[in-house]
Amino acid sequence: MPQPEKIALQCPMPKFDFDMITMGHGSGGLLTHRLLQSGVFDILKNDLLDQQHDGASFHLNGNVAFSTDSYVISPVFFPGGNIGDLAVNGTVNDLAMCGAQAQYLSLAFIIEEGLLMEEFWRILVSIKEAATRANVKIVTGDTKVVEKGKGDKIFVNTSGIGFIHENASIHHRNITSGDKIIVSGNIATHGMAIMSVRQGLEFESDIKTDSTNLNHTVMKLLDEFGYGIKFLRDPTRGGVASVLNEIAELTQLGYHLDQKLIPVDERVDSACEMLGLDPLYVANEGIFMAVVSAAVAGQFVEALRNDPNGSNASVIGQVSELQPGKVTMRSRIGGTCIVSYLTGEQLPRIC
Amino acid sequence: MKYLSEYRDPELVEDFLREIHRITTKPWTLMEICGGQTHSLVKNGILEMLPKKINMVHGPGCPVCVTSVSVIDEAVHLAFRPKTILCSFGDMLRVPGSSKSLLEAKAEGADVRILYSPLEAVQLAKDNPDKQVVFFAVGFETTAPANALSVIQAHHLQLKNYSILASHVLVPPAMEAILGDHENRIDAFLAAGHVCTIMGMEEYYPIAEKYQCPIVVTGFEPVDLLQGILMAVQQLEAGTYKLENQYSRSVQRAGNRMAMETIHEVFSISDRAWRGLGNIPQSGYEVNDRYKNFNARLKFNLNLRAAEENKDCISGQIMKGLKKPRQCPNFGTRCVPEHPLGAPMVSSEGACAAYYHYSNASVNEPIEG
Repeated sequence: MPQPEKIALQCPMPKFDFDMITMGHGSGGLLTHRLLQSGVFDILKNDLLDQQHDGASFHLNGNVAFSTDSYVISPVFFPGGNIGDLAVNGTVNDLAMCGAQAQYLSLAFIIEEGLLMEEFWRILVSIKEAATRANVKIVTGDTKVVEKGKGDKIFVNTSGIGFIHENASIHHRNITSGDKIIVSGNIATHGMAIMSVRQGLEFESDIKTDSTNLNHTVMKLLDEFGYGIKFLRDPTRGGVASVLNEIAELTQLGYHLDQKLIPVDERVDSACEMLGLDPLYVANEGIFMAVVSAAVAGQFVEALRNDPNGSNASVIGQVSELQPGKVTMRSRIGGTCIVSYLTGEQLPRIC
Repeated sequence: MKYLSEYRDPELVEDFLREIHRITTKPWTLMEICGGQTHSLVKNGILEMLPKKINMVHGPGCPVCVTSVSVIDEAVHLAFRPKTILCSFGDMLRVPGSSKSLLEAKAEGADVRILYSPLEAVQLAKDNPDKQVVFFAVGFETTAPANALSVIQAHHLQLKNYSILASHVLVPPAMEAILGDHENRIDAFLAAGHVCTIMGMEEYYPIAEKYQCPIVVTGFEPVDLLQGILMAVQQLEAGTYKLENQYSRSVQRAGNRMAMETIHEVFSISDRAWRGLGNIPQSGYEVNDRYKNFNARLKFNLNLRAAEENKDCISGQIMKGLKKPRQCPNFGTRCVPEHPLGAPMVSSEGACAAYYHYSNASVNEPIEG
């Protein structure tokens, strides 16, 4: 595994002659030039970005995965992270779930005028740090500015391209009866960290996002378990329940969870309880789900538990031919229930 | 959450289940009042663990479900008022009004905010002196104290831009409406623990006596529910009809006096139209004359035409315990959470939503007759 370059970034903000982003910074004129030259290009510096073309040119040879995602999170800054590292980790992880090691990312900002330069700088620093950790280069990008009220501080899009691991064959078609369902860590942490600071829903907590890059972890697992790994997915929006419903529908197999095996941090569980939310539907960032053959499940979990990103990994259920197309769960007390798709947004309850 | 895990203990659950199975000799129909109880029963798979002779039916204790279409229309109307912020508990947003839900109003540009506490709405009013802030005050006796407190606080702060749209409903009159119905088939009630935490148990003694119906004030966790069911079945098998308290860790006979005083300071008892159950006399709270400046209905002169309930929604029969969600011909077909015909399909405490999201078809035993 390539060692990430040591992060020597406290990155003091360079002196700008403006303290907030205005419409002019997206005009393509002098202000855009100044912003990019003294900020963005400097901090994200690499050989391909330094070409400063309309796009990056490079050679590819092999099976590649390509993915894109837009980030519109509110609030932009939240406990343990911000939209910047989320945007890098998110696309890096999407590629990892395809069995690919991210190589190159594009990065596009849509900024609402009025964003403070200090805030933009903090986001850029987080992007740089996340890219360094994931060992991925940001090779092309774009900056647009929209009028006040037409955005929500800043939206970020990243697209990424990466080589697929030679042992990877990740597709829901590979899933068969008897396979085990695994999560790599505590569920619902990221979503509850965001909820804890959302306007109108703030509650006191020390829950931090677990957003991180999972590519190195997944590549190690692919080295070791290869075709034993049938399916990977990061359960972001809609949570664990939505991913399982999706694959249950596609594979027409039954997915059976055991509630007492599902790892949830106690504070997160309490916060969900208090707000009337079900952790199975809460968004995640720093974990992934895997469906693996029963033969390797034990070793897979053990390998994960030895990885910093998988210390709470657990088998949470298994696949069978019973109740095809459905997700069921054995409750803590031994009853069973259906786990269905989430309808719309999970909304807090009254009492 | 240590104080919760004890009430989810599989061994205790098994003990209670064994005892319920042992003592049940006749068929009994029990109604749990609260939607939170319904969801706990379904989500934990308790319904299928009970003896076949015990028929659990699901009561009207979901505040979202019983809020009438006309009141939703009032909220939507206020949300579209210029310079107005309509604040609501999240649960209310998807409930259909006669033309649209608050969620649809929000998508069309109305300023609708989801809050957890009405006190946040007071703060919002303080921070936005150029706007009117209306809090959609729904709920049973449980949410009434905080809603009343928001009015008292706004009064102290001399806020002229805060008001509430009150649609509070009360449990005991609804129980009497169900028990007094000529079709009634409820043998015993599990009363709602949270409501009794606030209001105490005094109002329930005469109901148990008058209708000769055992009532057990019950909590929400699996162990609470099973103990409540056991206590009710013990009474039914013995032919008694007392009021009992399973939820004694929270409920005192006299209730929470300070909370009740707060309620009575701001609200007076009024008639209320319930979705599915119709008009029930003296079954709700309305802002009293002393605080009439904080009553959104008076302040904005709301006088909308009463809207009709959707006739295809059988929520009334469900909440009276006459039908179960799957017995509705529209369940899961014309009525799904994305396109609900009625509130019980969208509220997180609604019985139809509980069945739709969590229950196996096999556990829904048809009701005879």
